[in-house]
Amino acid sequence: MKIIACIKQVPDSEAKVKAENGQITWGEAPLVINPFDEYAVEGALQQKEALGGTVAAVCIGPESAKEALKHALAMGSDQAILISDPALSILDTAGAARVLAAAVKKIGDADMVVFGRQTLDDGTGLTAAQTARALGWPMLGLAGQIKVDGGSVQIERVTEEGRQSLKGKLPAVLSVVQSIGEPRYPSFMGIRKASKAEIPVWTLADLGIAAPETVVKRLEIVTPPARETVVEIIGGETPAQIAEQLADKVLAEKVL
Amino acid sequence: MKTLVYIDHFKGEIQPASWEALGLGKSLGSVSAIVFGKGLDAIIKAAFEHGAEEVYAADDAALEDFRVEVYASTLSALASSTNPNLILFPMTARTRELTAMTAMDLNSGVLTDVTGLEANGDKVIATRPIYEGKLLEKVTCSAPIQLVTIRGRAFPKPAQEPVKTGKVNKVEVKSEALTTVEGYSASEVAVNLGDAGIIVTGGRGVSNNPSLTPPDGLDEKQAEIWRAQQGFALVTDLAGVLGGAVGASRAAVDGGYITYAHQVGQTGKVVSPDLYIACGVSGAIQHLVGMRNAKVIVAINKDPEAPIFKVARYGVVGDLFQVVPALTEAFKKKLGK
Ligand SMILES: Cc1cc2nc3c(=O)[nH]c(=O)nc-3n(C[C@H](O)[C@H](O)[C@H](O)COP(=O)(O)OP(=O)(O)OC[C@H]3O[C@@H](n4cnc5c(N)ncnc54)[C@H](O)[C@@H]3O)c2cc1C
Ligand SMILES: Nc1ncnc2c1ncn2[C@@H]1O[C@H](COP(=O)(O)O)[C@@H](O)[C@H]1O
Repeated sequence: MKIIACIKQVPDSEAKVKAENGQITWGEAPLVINPFDEYAVEGALQQKEALGGTVAAVCIGPESAKEALKHALAMGSDQAILISDPALSILDTAGAARVLAAAVKKIGDADMVVFGRQTLDDGTGLTAAQTARALGWPMLGLAGQIKVDGGSVQIERVTEEGRQSLKGKLPAVLSVVQSIGEPRYPSFMGIRKASKAEIPVWTLADLGIAAPETVVKRLEIVTPPARETVVEIIGGETPAQIAEQLADKVLAEKVL
Repeated sequence: MKTLVYIDHFKGEIQPASWEALGLGKSLGSVSAIVFGKGLDAIIKAAFEHGAEEVYAADDAALEDFRVEVYASTLSALASSTNPNLILFPMTARTRELTAMTAMDLNSGVLTDVTGLEANGDKVIATRPIYEGKLLEKVTCSAPIQLVTIRGRAFPKPAQEPVKTGKVNKVEVKSEALTTVEGYSASEVAVNLGDAGIIVTGGRGVSNNPSLTPPDGLDEKQAEIWRAQQGFALVTDLAGVLGGAVGASRAAVDGGYITYAHQVGQTGKVVSPDLYIACGVSGAIQHLVGMRNAKVIVAINKDPEAPIFKVARYGVVGDLFQVVPALTEAFKKKLGK
C-alpha cells in the first residue's frame, strides 16, 4: 500500500483570529496541523499497519508548514513533502487540487490519497473531491471506517442520514471523519525522528505545472458583529419553580 | 439573472434548505429546479409548488444512489447546455462533493456554506463564515457559471403554492459511476441538525447521575453508557415536547452515549437554531464554534464557572437530572401538550 495523506497547517482553534487592515491575524497563537487532517493521517497509518506499505504526508504551504508535516512524521508517516512556491500564495481549492494531483502523480504508484473532512480556516471541504476529479479516481468521502480488499476499498460513509457502505476500485481518493478513531499521539521516538527529518520542498517547476488560475476570489474580510450576551441565571426554590420561570422566559423570546 | 437550483434529497426526503435556495434564486430573477434520482414525481411536483418555473429532471436507475462521479458528469453537461449564471445548492454532505467536482468540469469555483448573497448584474457576491465563524469573508467566482451552496436556515423559505405546475425537461445521464453503494444502515435515523430550529444537546454531564443504579452484570464502561442513556432519554423528551432535534457534545459521542451524527462543534456540525438548550455541556471552544450563533442559548450545568454560561442568554446552575424533566413538564403544560 502506498498511501498519501494531504494535510494543511492552520491557526489553532483557541486562537483569537482578527481582521486588521484587510489582513487576517492570530497574534502569537500557534499554527497546528488542521485537526481534521490528523484523522486523515490516523486513517492512513491504520491502513499501513493492516496491509504494510508507506505513508507520505503532503502539504501545500509556506516554509513554516514543515512543522505540520513534522507532526505527521512524528505520528508515524514515512515521508513528508512540502509544496511551496510564491505563485501559490493565492490559491482556491480547485487550484490546490490541481497541484495536489500533480504531486500525487510525481510521487507515483499511489494506491490511496487520504484527506481530512475540511480545513478550519477556509473550511470549504471541497479539495478532496476536486483532487479525485483531477486524477479521475473514485471519491470515497466521509469515511468512518476503511477496509481494503484486493484491488478495492470499502468505506463506511458517515452522513446525516446514517451510515452507508460505499465501494470503489483502487487507486482512490478518500476523506476521513472522526469515527476513524482518535489520532495517535506522536511517540518519543517519532518526535526525535521527525525533528531530524529533511523535508524536501517542491516548487511548481518540480511538479511541471503552471500556477493554476484562481477563480474564487476574496474581496473583503468582515468582522462579525459582536454579540453582547449577558446571562440571566434563573434561580428558585425547587426544580419545578426554576423550570416554570425558565419556560416563561423562553416563550417570551418567541422562538418556539 | 438565470438561476438553476439543485434540489437535494435522500431517498425522496428533501433537504429543506433546497427550498430556501429556490426562494433565493427567485429573488434574483428566473429560476428552474434540477432534480436527480429515481422516481422523482413527488419532488418535481414540490419544486413547482415552491416556485420553480421549469424543472430539469434526470430520472434514472443509475442515479438511484448518490454517487458523486455520475451525478457531477450529468450536472456539468446540463450546466454547459443550459448556461445559467448561477447554480444554487443547499449545503449538505452530498452537495459538497457534487459542487466540488462540477466546478472542476466547468473550470469554475464554489462559494461554499454561504450565509448572505448580493447580486451585481450577472455576478454574485457571497458572504461566508471562515475560521470557524470568527470572521466573515465576501467572495466571488470569476467563471461564467457560478456555483453557490447555502447554509440551512440562512435564507427565508418561499411560500408554497399548491396548484402550480410547469415544463419538465428530461436530462440524460452522462458517464459511469465509479463507486457502488453496498448498503445503508437501517439503525440510525436521519439527524438533521443543520435545519433544526430547536436543538436540545446533551454533554458528558448526562452520564453523571450517581443515584441511578444500573442493572446487574454491567462493567464500569457499560454502566456509564447505561447512565448516559437514561440522561439522554430526558434530553430527548425535552426535544420531543419542543419539536426539536437532539444534539451532543463530542465527549458524549466519544463516550459511546450517542452516534456521531448528533455531534455539534468543530469536528461535528455547525448549527444555527432559534433555540439551543445545552444540558451538562461545559462549553469548550470546539463546542462553542458549532453553536454560538443560535438565537437563544439556554445552559443547564451544575458548575457556575462552566464557560457555556458565557454564551448563554439564560442559565440554570443545577442538576440536569432534576431541571430537565421539570422543564419538559413546564413546556408540556404551557404549550398545551
Ligand atoms: C480537535 C478537537 C476537536 C473537537 N471537536 C469537538 C466538537 O466538534 N464538539 C464538541 O462538543 N467538542 C469537541 N472537542 C472536545 C472539546 O474540547 C471538549 O472536550 C468537549 O466539548 C467536552 O464535552 P462536554 O462539555 O460534554 O464534557 P465536559 O467538558 O466533561 O463537561 C461536562 C459538563 O457537565 C456538567 N455536569 C456534570 N454532571 C452534571 C449534572 N448532573 N447536571 C448538570 N451538569 C452536569 C459539568 O459541570 C461539566 O461542565 C474537540 C476537541 C479537539 C481537541
Ligand atoms: N494546502 C493544502 N495542502 C495539502 N492538503 C490540503 C491543503 N488544503 C486542503 N488540503 C486537504 O484538503 C482537505 C479539505 O480542505 P478544504 O477543501 O480546504 O476544506 C483538508 O482536510 C486537507 O486534507
